[in-house]
Amino acid sequence: MIQQVLFIVVTIVAFGWAIKQFGRIRSNIKLGAPETISGDTGTRWKNVLLVAFGQQKMFAQWKPALLHFFIYSAFLLTQVELIEILIDGFTGQHRMFAPLLGGFYTFVISFIEILSLLALIATVVFILRRTIFKRDRFNKPEMKGWPSKDGLLILAGEVVLIAAIFTMNGTDILLQELDPEHFPDTGNLAVSSILGPALFGSLSQNTLVILERVGWWLHLLTVYAFLNYLPISKHLHIALAFPNAYFSRLRPRGEMENMPDIMNEVKSMMGLIEEEEPPEGEELPEFGAKDVFDLSWKTLLDAYSCTECGRCTAACPANLTGKKLSPRKVMMDIRDRLEVVSTTRASQSAEQKAAPYDDGKSLFDSITPEELHACTACQACVEACPVLINPLEPILAMRRYEVLTESSGPSDWIPMFNSIENSGAVWQVGDARDAWTKD
Amino acid sequence: MNVPLLADVAAEGKSIDILFWVGCAGSFDARAQKVTKAFARILNHVGVNYAILGEEELCTGDPARRAGNEFVFQMTALQNVETLNGYGVKKIVTACPHCFNTLKNEYPALGGSYEVIHHTQLLQELINTGKLKLKGGGTFKGKRITYHDSCYLGRVNRIYEAPRKVLEALDVELVEMKRCKSKGLCCGAGGAQMFKEDEPGNKRINAERVDEALNTGAKTIAANCPFCLTMLTDGVTAKGKEDTVEVYDLSELIADSLPPGQE
Repeated sequence: MIQQVLFIVVTIVAFGWAIKQFGRIRSNIKLGAPETISGDTGTRWKNVLLVAFGQQKMFAQWKPALLHFFIYSAFLLTQVELIEILIDGFTGQHRMFAPLLGGFYTFVISFIEILSLLALIATVVFILRRTIFKRDRFNKPEMKGWPSKDGLLILAGEVVLIAAIFTMNGTDILLQELDPEHFPDTGNLAVSSILGPALFGSLSQNTLVILERVGWWLHLLTVYAFLNYLPISKHLHIALAFPNAYFSRLRPRGEMENMPDIMNEVKSMMGLIEEEEPPEGEELPEFGAKDVFDLSWKTLLDAYSCTECGRCTAACPANLTGKKLSPRKVMMDIRDRLEVVSTTRASQSAEQKAAPYDDGKSLFDSITPEELHACTACQACVEACPVLINPLEPILAMRRYEVLTESSGPSDWIPMFNSIENSGAVWQVGDARDAWTKD
Repeated sequence: MNVPLLADVAAEGKSIDILFWVGCAGSFDARAQKVTKAFARILNHVGVNYAILGEEELCTGDPARRAGNEFVFQMTALQNVETLNGYGVKKIVTACPHCFNTLKNEYPALGGSYEVIHHTQLLQELINTGKLKLKGGGTFKGKRITYHDSCYLGRVNRIYEAPRKVLEALDVELVEMKRCKSKGLCCGAGGAQMFKEDEPGNKRINAERVDEALNTGAKTIAANCPFCLTMLTDGVTAKGKEDTVEVYDLSELIADSLPPGQE
């Protein structure tokens, strides 16, 4: 009875807090600039199914992809077991599905156990890759401090979760023989039927009962902790990869977003359309992106979907040759800035909230022009991202701010701009365009 | 060289099947001009009904747009759209993947919709349909060649096969670099890098790419983009290999293997 009450309280708190956290993420994403992303729902669902659910792009590197797939599928299927845990917790029963499902129950739980074992192996390999073998992409400057700890913390949580599952199931197997009235038969479980007797065979019934409860609660609490850890972690990708795949832009990859305001202004300069008088006293418009508010909400969703795997940075020609640019860092900086903005906003008065946000800082405080200027727009980062994040989009949007609003940017570009404007060619050349036909 | 101007063709009341968009590099850069001439020779050899815009052609605006200067992009692009629509151009071929991408993917939003193909696609089509026949035992037959995917033809527009089919027709021994097709490494010129100094780093991007190309043991590097051509040639020179390793555009390899005939 006490357990039941405790369970209900913990569950309500865990879900209540999580809902609040996820709501905060949602409203943060909505701070971005509006962009209509719709149409072709067929392709969108295909992306969700293949890229997010099926992890198609992960398999560009099959070894980490396979290991990741073990953890992912174990995680997905463990949720089936969680359904029983939730029902048991609320009703005070024990393994209520076991007698109902019989052999099928044995199959499902065994399947989860095998996947959990594979996930454990994968988790250990992942920990080694981050600590002992120090894979290059996990040791870039932007990974120093919290991001590295974040990655390891999740893997440690994974180990705890799997340990809890096997403690819970392993002790249960032994208790089924000692106290069949309270511990319904689950059949022979693929891992626990061997592991249980081997690890816990010498323990007394009382100790087993306590250990079973410890495993059960630890499983539950790890899942709840995980749920509430997601919104402050790179691990949010397990949820956001799905909407991110759905909303990924379907326009041609090579098409930079058009700027209709500028197009129309140029058209009116060229006499192609009626000139519109700018409204009196209005401030000069700003173009491009200076802060998170200027980026499309999709880019902010991208930033929250990033799991910091660094495939983008590992493929970036600028980063490969020692330049400061790292597409992953750009996405992380956007997310971190968004977090700062939302925290500051939350503590503001209603009056301050009504005014445009200004804390004297912007994205340019973390993403330097040197980084932006190193990009070759080659889209290797776009190609590499397993969850369809587009790091090129914010880089080019920030370049637009520099050049259009600030009139800054690399001075080397000025002759190119002038030349195109004055002579219609990227270089100022005296020759005629068809001079090559004359020899 | 006999290269028809669209203005002249239109003045005679005739029409063309395809416009050859030369681009700034193809028009003015000494190295890229050779590619332009090679491609024009092929068009003349096959008897394609084409023309160029000449002085009426302007920069597509790609480097300005990617540098962030939307004003300059719109100014040049809208003028081009006016010109192209004025002539009623339906189909365009270009030897520059940056022009290709901008004409194909970015001009529709500005009111200019055309069928745009890259010159390697036209070459493949001409070879496939038998209109372009190469002399047996061409200059490059059996030679080890590596092919560099430009970002804007390859990864961005996902055209990997057409240029490789063209190389196949030349009967060369194609050796791929480790980073090829969708994983191809940039030459370092894109995103308007061509027009500025590198940001501080420990290596030039073209040096990294040339190292990879030389590792294949190929003495010929085939490219499909005038900017890649410049970057790779510079990279080869920086390695001091300019006497033993050559960088060519695909159309030059084809033009070299044309059977004798009128041009």
